[in-house]
Amino acid sequence: MNTNSRIERSRRDLLASAAVGAGGLMLGSPLQASAVKDGKAKAVIQIWMWGGPSHLDTFDPKPEAGADYCGPFNAPIETNVNGIRIGQKLPLMAQQADSYSIIRSMTHGINAHETASYVTQTGRPVGGDVYPCAGAVVSRFKGYDAGYNGLLPPYIVLTKPQGRFSESGFMGLRYKPFATGGKPSAPVFTVEGVIQKGITEARQKNRRDLLASLETFGSKMKDNPEFKHMDGCQEQAYELILGDAGKVFDVNTEDPKLRERYGKSDFGASCLIARKLVEAGVPYVTINYNGWDTHKKHFDIMNTKLTELDRGFSTLLDDLRQRGLLDSTIVWWGGEFGRSPKIQWDAPWNGGRSHFGKCFSHVVAGGGFQGGQVVGASNATGEEVADRPVYPWDLIGSVYEQLGIDTTARLPHPQGLDARVCPTEADGVTMGGRLREIMS
Amino acid sequence: MMTLRLGRWCFAVLVACVAGTLGVEAAPGKASAKIDRMVLSRLDELGIPPSDLCTDEVFLRRVYLDLIGTLPTAEEAAAFLKSNATNKRSDLIDALFERPEFADYWSLKWCDLLRVKAEFPSKLWPNAVQAYHRWVRQALVNNTPYDDFARALLTSSGSNFRVAPVNFYRAMPEREPDTTARVVALTFMGARTDGWPAEKARNLAAFFGHVNYKGTAEWKEEIVFHDPVKEYLDPETEQPVPAILPDGTAVELDPNEDPRVVFADWLVGSRVFADNIVNRVWFWLLGRGVVHEPDDLRADNPPSNAPLLAFLSEELVRNEYDLRHVYRIILNSKTYQRASIHNEGNLSDEVNFSRYYPRRLGAEVLIDAICQITKTTESYSSEIPEPFTFIPENQRSIKLSDGSITSPFLDLYGRPPRDTGYESERNNTPSAAQKLHLLNSTHIQTKIASNKQLLGMTTKKQKNKKKPVAGWLEPADAIENMYLTILSRYPTAKETNVAIAYVRDGGLGRYDASVDLVWALLNTKEFIFKH
Repeated sequence: MNTNSRIERSRRDLLASAAVGAGGLMLGSPLQASAVKDGKAKAVIQIWMWGGPSHLDTFDPKPEAGADYCGPFNAPIETNVNGIRIGQKLPLMAQQADSYSIIRSMTHGINAHETASYVTQTGRPVGGDVYPCAGAVVSRFKGYDAGYNGLLPPYIVLTKPQGRFSESGFMGLRYKPFATGGKPSAPVFTVEGVIQKGITEARQKNRRDLLASLETFGSKMKDNPEFKHMDGCQEQAYELILGDAGKVFDVNTEDPKLRERYGKSDFGASCLIARKLVEAGVPYVTINYNGWDTHKKHFDIMNTKLTELDRGFSTLLDDLRQRGLLDSTIVWWGGEFGRSPKIQWDAPWNGGRSHFGKCFSHVVAGGGFQGGQVVGASNATGEEVADRPVYPWDLIGSVYEQLGIDTTARLPHPQGLDARVCPTEADGVTMGGRLREIMS
Repeated sequence: MMTLRLGRWCFAVLVACVAGTLGVEAAPGKASAKIDRMVLSRLDELGIPPSDLCTDEVFLRRVYLDLIGTLPTAEEAAAFLKSNATNKRSDLIDALFERPEFADYWSLKWCDLLRVKAEFPSKLWPNAVQAYHRWVRQALVNNTPYDDFARALLTSSGSNFRVAPVNFYRAMPEREPDTTARVVALTFMGARTDGWPAEKARNLAAFFGHVNYKGTAEWKEEIVFHDPVKEYLDPETEQPVPAILPDGTAVELDPNEDPRVVFADWLVGSRVFADNIVNRVWFWLLGRGVVHEPDDLRADNPPSNAPLLAFLSEELVRNEYDLRHVYRIILNSKTYQRASIHNEGNLSDEVNFSRYYPRRLGAEVLIDAICQITKTTESYSSEIPEPFTFIPENQRSIKLSDGSITSPFLDLYGRPPRDTGYESERNNTPSAAQKLHLLNSTHIQTKIASNKQLLGMTTKKQKNKKKPVAGWLEPADAIENMYLTILSRYPTAKETNVAIAYVRDGGLGRYDASVDLVWALLNTKEFIFKH
């Protein structure tokens, strides 16, 4: 990692926020040194396929199953790894199969968005407390509590929070992602709060002075700990508004050819920005990629959407590798479930696919995960796991291991209950086992 | 089981006896004075000097925000500040109870505690969310006695769409009696069963062992009912678990009787039932419980002022569980009406109520205030189920019924996810990301720019001309209106001078300078905090 390019918060502010902690306001509980060590991976880019993408049309094609399963996509393509075929709409990804591994035996059996999103992103079974998702856990073990001192928040989502469940679970607001808002592909990506069109730096400064001179009430209570904390928050905010950290969101400084390769879509721009964020030292970035809940017009949508995915995803992998970041960055692709292998031809679906949690695919690359491998297998129609089931906790636990996070470490719990990073068989879950076959 | 049936009677009798010895405090004014005496007596013991009483302008804004979660309008502020009526503070309190926002705001609070949410981990589904929210709101409009409210939630049977309070038993992550017992103890006793002996929690669960659920032909309808056949067995011994009340009284359950009713009879007559709710009300209004955390009542977490808690509970029982009475005696007290500005001796007091503790506005209240000031609206929609539901644009955020409706702003400002029912789920701690949003987001900037009137623009019709002529208010008048609208008070001379100077000499046009003034006032601590 190029530490020079990391944008660091000044020591003064760090001290200021530490003082707030002493004042009894919310600060993370101390992190045990043994809970996290240096791992192969330093960061994660999660491409969250909101709504659940079809596994048959992406990374687990089944042309032999016939038209009722593969529809018009009956000609999967060979990749640059012998014996691995993927969907025909992903030709660029096919050229890079050696840099990622496909898990074709993901399973949890849940077909409801909310519950499946929860299980897939937290790596926890349903029931009891609401646990934090992977981004929030990484934020705990690699973020401020672990000495992260970047100006940019340690957990960023492009562009909207995903909803469905509370991302930080019982750990609360401190570990929630910073949602950028805005439109990444716009000429100016107005990241909410960070980048404001049409207000010059001089005016920002004048405003700041104006505010200070109108803080009549606040100035009477300077010693109040809550107000001091608020002052600290405001200083931090201004470092982002007036400082250089926000420039990381500006893709205009990038090579136009590279931008072209990523694609000018919001997804393409998000992939490029995700790379820049990781380069700047942000440990967890989620690209919340909407639009995969295709009950109707499925194949029409896939025709355009897969091309967009192909460009952004493949260029991201290539770009990370060329910059020497892929070895330390995990790219994790997947949604809450797959889609029904059998096509629903009848009205009102007219060629749609429904939710399918029994068997689906996820993809991992980088950060110590080998490329060019397929883990597990589905059956001939993609409806059952045929070999080596992988549960969400197996995958997420493997991600944590690569990051050096102790999967048995305790999570901060508001009622002080004993909550651990990953579930074990003692929690009543069936284990498929960590992804040892692709972990180096 | 005689004692059982007399549970409520017992506490009521006790209250009457205590009242007899201490002298009945009939009038609300006297009760408020008694609260003050108890608080002052504690402060005296500790040698902490209380802050002075707050000014009318501070009281006005505070009581609006605390009681109806809504900012006063400029007109309301001006009228109150002008009034010379002797009882204008208590008159205002009485008037606010009748506002629809009172029921809206407290429904929001109750729906947080009852985990009202269409999907995950509670799965009420939208129709039931609507029914449940409406029921809670109507109870608040009617000022249903609190014991009846609790009893309805605990003992109802029927359809989730038609008998709304049955959703109490559906708004839980799991439906095992153990979970139900945990939720019941938390909600109505402020008790965390995690700290109880496992046996005690299980014995409480036995009262909910016959709750059962069944579907109907209607999509997502569900009947919650008492099922005499269902058994609740100890997982180890596989024997029926004995029903023992949290106070240790064993109960022989009659198979023909719904044990929930037996439990509810005991509960509403218990001291802990009253303590829990009056302590919560105190916490809601003053930002800190007499017992704190407010949902952690236990022997080794004593109240900071035991006589005060006892007195509030007695007042509740004596007034037939009328919650508005409890609100009223607190709001009319000097304790509630103290300034938040500390003196030399009470800055470090954070538990004895020697001053009003400032708190950041809650997420929904904050965005509603911003919308009211800027005459704008928010768009909310629900993804559950498809096709999506869109909430009417002009609806206030405090009226949102469903915790599953997502909003980046509300999430950022710590709206509770409604997963657990703990009070601490709502997080009003300021963060840098929140400040960033208020200082510099397109969302807020767009709102500020859209209320031309607030910026000071005027339009005048002119004779013989079709188009009205645009103009500007005198800067001092515009500034006064901004202060009344945003901070519910008049500006000081110094503030007016600063603002006028910014308009005249700031190097910006009138429009931009006005935008900046509104922006600055929205970013003051005076606006962001209740104080």
